[in-house]
Amino acid sequence: MLPLAGFTVIDFSQFLSGPLTSLRLADLGARIIKIEKPGTGDICRQLYTSETVLNGTSTVFHAINRNKESIVLDIKSEADCRVIRDLISKADVVLHNFRPGVMERLGFDYAHVREINPSVIYGEISGYGKEGTWAAKPGQDLLLQSLTGMTWLSGDATNGPVPMGLSIVDMFAGANLCSAILACLYRRTVQKMGAHVHVSMLDSAVDIQFEAVTTYFRDGQLLPQRSEVSNAHAYLAAPYGVYRTADGFLALAMGSIPQLRQLLDCPELENFTDGEQAFEERDAIKKILMQHLITKSTAHWLGILEAADIWCADVLDWHRLTEHDGFKILDMVQQVTMGDGFTYETTRCPIRIDGEPLISSKGSPKLGEHTTKILEELYG
Amino acid sequence: MDNKPLDGLLVLEFSQFMAGPTAGLRLADLGARVVKIERPVKGEGGRQIAIKNIFVDDSSLVFHTINRNKESYAADLKNEKDLADIKALIQKADVITHNFRPGVMEKIGLDYESVKALNPKIIYATVTGYGNEGPWAKKPGQDLLVQSMSGLSWLSGSEGDGPVPFGLAVIDMYCATHLTQGILAALLKRSRTEEGVLVEVSLLESALDMQFEVLTTYFNDGRKLPKRSAVRGGGHAYLSAPYGLYQTVNGYLALAMGDLQKIAAVIGLPEGHYHDQSTWFSQRDTIMQELGQALREKTTQEWVALLETAGIWCGSVQDYHTFLQEENFVQTGMLQEISLHDGTALRTTRSVYGIDGHYLYADKPAPKVGEDNEKIMEDYLIH
Repeated sequence: MLPLAGFTVIDFSQFLSGPLTSLRLADLGARIIKIEKPGTGDICRQLYTSETVLNGTSTVFHAINRNKESIVLDIKSEADCRVIRDLISKADVVLHNFRPGVMERLGFDYAHVREINPSVIYGEISGYGKEGTWAAKPGQDLLLQSLTGMTWLSGDATNGPVPMGLSIVDMFAGANLCSAILACLYRRTVQKMGAHVHVSMLDSAVDIQFEAVTTYFRDGQLLPQRSEVSNAHAYLAAPYGVYRTADGFLALAMGSIPQLRQLLDCPELENFTDGEQAFEERDAIKKILMQHLITKSTAHWLGILEAADIWCADVLDWHRLTEHDGFKILDMVQQVTMGDGFTYETTRCPIRIDGEPLISSKGSPKLGEHTTKILEELYG
Repeated sequence: MDNKPLDGLLVLEFSQFMAGPTAGLRLADLGARVVKIERPVKGEGGRQIAIKNIFVDDSSLVFHTINRNKESYAADLKNEKDLADIKALIQKADVITHNFRPGVMEKIGLDYESVKALNPKIIYATVTGYGNEGPWAKKPGQDLLVQSMSGLSWLSGSEGDGPVPFGLAVIDMYCATHLTQGILAALLKRSRTEEGVLVEVSLLESALDMQFEVLTTYFNDGRKLPKRSAVRGGGHAYLSAPYGLYQTVNGYLALAMGDLQKIAAVIGLPEGHYHDQSTWFSQRDTIMQELGQALREKTTQEWVALLETAGIWCGSVQDYHTFLQEENFVQTGMLQEISLHDGTALRTTRSVYGIDGHYLYADKPAPKVGEDNEKIMEDYLIH
């Protein structure tokens, strides 16, 4: 039995953050009913990455919305609102990521939803919190990365601001909302009470940086300083970074400089020790390592360093990764099938329960694919 | 707030470093009593992993950040008496977490089967680097290494760069959210079955999950590798122009996805530009270069004002100096002060969860090694 078997989620959310919450709940066993507006549905259906269209919809939508059902309802029509109220009355979770004020206007904010279903867990994601002058701003990933200082952490010192190349604020916000919903579902089993759960992308963006922000305040409010070469973390000492080798790249995490000097046979590192020097003079150390490591192959260096239990790794692209036995053994790829028989490959949920990966063969829904079925369930 | 969701639950944290303890922090903020089980004197390994070499009370600042709101129980798992106490404690616990490499807990006799025999209702949660089997099972599970092995480092930066890691331990943190979710889901399952649950996550699976959108694209577009923009500032290898950061007279401007024709009109590019939407991706580099040249003419604030009026998704690129002082940020109450043992205050972040209109603040500092042995003895071990 899956942990959330028997739970129903009514999901008004679009794009990535909220739908990621419901994807996780789906894989944990809940039934997800996506409420989509007539015509376009979730805007993410048309948000193409590299213009790849798969069975009429963006690949991103297929990744985020597998294992869900879709009902088309017009939230502005009174008849459809009755259906929404009936769905909510039987739901365990309701979630949305509209801007603050929208659900209040539509009559499906927590106060109203609680009247329909007092024990419901109501989850919402905002961009910047529900109050203040930022509340109306678009909660978009790159804008949040840019606002919160996150773009000064990746890349080398001379690169200017470098965004993290995925929508990670969306993803953390969605994951955080999922955790909060699960915690309140647990509380409901103990105390029979509903909950109103809210997570903002802004808080989530700062939370990702909690180490760096805490350091900033403790350390006399100095801005993060990326290293000039091979930066991988603005706050970590040499050798932490990625280095070019004769035939590829090598990642080096934390490690003792004197030990590396010896293992790599790199006498130029002679004047450097661990601790403060490895941090204060990391550019010099990293430049020496850069010149040294490029002389031999990645496999050569890995052979020496792994034998000495130094934390290091080859740098793979997806071709080499997906061909590797270390990847294959995880069974991370699953094939899912849509209602019309179309199949596609995607990743599975990263959590294992009782030794089993959480797998579901259900692909993403066509817009309104389950409208008739769900209406029949409700009204016979 | 009163009535925290996990009030009354006991979590024993054998986990070290970042992923496991970050999940422990989430559970603590949600109301659970989280006790770190640490080896005497030195404590967990994360106490010695410092960023910028900043230590407070003999432990790194990072340790203090991740381990606030917890207690510490020192025990030598190789000592028979200590191990017996731990086993007694496990009988009272709801959750235990660890991130030892595969095989270590088996040797001590605290693997899932043994622990389940002691406490049939235990939630037993583990973090590994790369799963329990296969050629990578014994490799050190460390954030940068997993970023490098998972392909993640080819998504940021520009085409001419080599691999560019995300400059934070994002995999550790994402894995922590998965561990938290797994534990919470397991608690729900237990409330129905009255049986223990095994929860397993790994850094590599979390790194792959973080890339689930772009990997799904890769699996279904004929397996093309990501192609970063050749122009500096590109925000996402798979998104079309204008998505990225642009230099202005006095800083940088972020442009998210948006109607290029509208943008062109606002920033003064000649009419008729970019009417063919199919070029927005195929000619991304050229377009970004053109936009970049035009945007260098005004300040960030001027552009934001003009573009926002036109409904374009944009914003300024800030640093910690400007952002952390912003009134709108300060008002979120995202920061809290912890009183450390040495009397100084540590300004750090609070939990992100808003529950029933409240945020979860907790000003309890990270514990010293074994600080709570006596109290825990009294609460759980002396009858």
